[in-house]
Amino acid sequence: MWKTFVAWFHRMGSPKWFYEITGRWIPWFAAAAVLLITIGTIWGLAFAPADYQQGNSFRIIYIHVPAAILAQSIFFAMAIAGGIGLIWKMKVADMVAKSCAPVGATMTFIALFTGAVWGKPTWGAWWVWDARLTSMLILLFLYFGVIALQSAFDSKQSAARASAILSLVGVVNIPIIKYSVEWWNTLHQPATFKLTEKPAMPAEMWMPLLVMVIGFYCFFAVILMMRTRNEILEREKRTQWVQGLLSNKG
Amino acid sequence: MANDINPQLAQEKQRVLRREEGGQTSSWRAFTGMLKRDLLLVFRRRSDIVNPLLFFTIAVTLFPLGISPESDFLAQIAAGVLWVAALLATLLSLDSLFQQDMADGSLEQLVISPHPLAVMVLSKVLVHWLVTGLPLTLLAPLLGVMMFLPDDGFGILFLSLLLGTPTLSLVGAIGAALTVGLRRTGVLMTLLILPLYIPVLIFGTGSVIAAVNGMAVAGHLAIMGAMFMTALVLAPLAAGAALRISLNG
Repeated sequence: MWKTFVAWFHRMGSPKWFYEITGRWIPWFAAAAVLLITIGTIWGLAFAPADYQQGNSFRIIYIHVPAAILAQSIFFAMAIAGGIGLIWKMKVADMVAKSCAPVGATMTFIALFTGAVWGKPTWGAWWVWDARLTSMLILLFLYFGVIALQSAFDSKQSAARASAILSLVGVVNIPIIKYSVEWWNTLHQPATFKLTEKPAMPAEMWMPLLVMVIGFYCFFAVILMMRTRNEILEREKRTQWVQGLLSNKG
Repeated sequence: MANDINPQLAQEKQRVLRREEGGQTSSWRAFTGMLKRDLLLVFRRRSDIVNPLLFFTIAVTLFPLGISPESDFLAQIAAGVLWVAALLATLLSLDSLFQQDMADGSLEQLVISPHPLAVMVLSKVLVHWLVTGLPLTLLAPLLGVMMFLPDDGFGILFLSLLLGTPTLSLVGAIGAALTVGLRRTGVLMTLLILPLYIPVLIFGTGSVIAAVNGMAVAGHLAIMGAMFMTALVLAPLAAGAALRISLNG
């Protein structure tokens, strides 16, 4: 059992195998993503009961919360992929880490943007220095740092290793940052409105949310696999199997 | 004679000296040797010591000039302004941590030497702190007077900077190591390090503000101590790994 996992792990490390295996997975994940996001969106926007306090404007939660959850998970995924690339010197892991960064940054931006749009009618302000918003903003800066570092190196291998170290340092820092920002906020500003991850919601409200979260994860899987496959094709374009693919496609 | 009194000690001394004559140095000797060398080099370039202090002073001066010289207002923002300015001054001084040695090739020798790279990085960071962070910490109370910092805040300001500036030097070393090999780093290093500095800033100013308001500061200082310990153990390892990458790439 362990041996098969190890064999599968190292097989995924080969660009050609990764390309072929993910090629088979993408249609499934894409179908799941489309299905779950559609169901979740329609359920959440149309069928979930309106909030007694906020009315219908709370419905943006169905985009905001999945984006925020993804934003944090993607940073962890990026750090783990970078760590694997550092330890096992796997090119594919480096490419996965590189592909994660822009997706994660976009998710963070979506979370911040939808949060601002949500905040305007409910709090009366586009932005408050709430603990969660500030930690999300700092997460965005961390993502930008990783992306900027990757583009600063000439050699792709050094770029991958350097950004792996930065992601690992960032991952250690994320709990510290979240804790310190919550501390900062409770000292200076009482929480007038708490955005918790699992709100005290009835089932009719959080079930579409769960569907959306899983749908977003499937969407991320699809995007990640597609971006990594692009990266593999670009870097391995001189190998025989890529040339074969290009000539087959015409 | 000491040799007669303790022949074992004499034998040990002989052993160490023979090892050193054979070309093997202990890591402790390497650490102290590196320390002395770097301190000597820094004192030959006095501007590297004075410039961050000047920047600190000027940056603090900008706030009353740019916003308001009212003592009530300045008293409120004093802790934050002093900490932010100290943070930025440390950030600007990080360039000198590895650049010189990179330029003349001694950084490569450091990386391929048999001594643990983390220990060597630690000695460099210690020099950096002694020459940048410590003077900033000593100067801060004077600038606190200019910023109308309430009396209760001075002791804690000094203490929080004493705990915080080594952490800033340690974490900054990671960023400096990541970007030392790049041609045009510009503000890249600052972009990488500033998010990592934010917890130190929050608890540093938080402790001063708590002291000024008469609240307990033990918790803040404890967390700053914890961050310092974590950085002390982990940052040299990360910086060492980053140095190897920068030198290879």
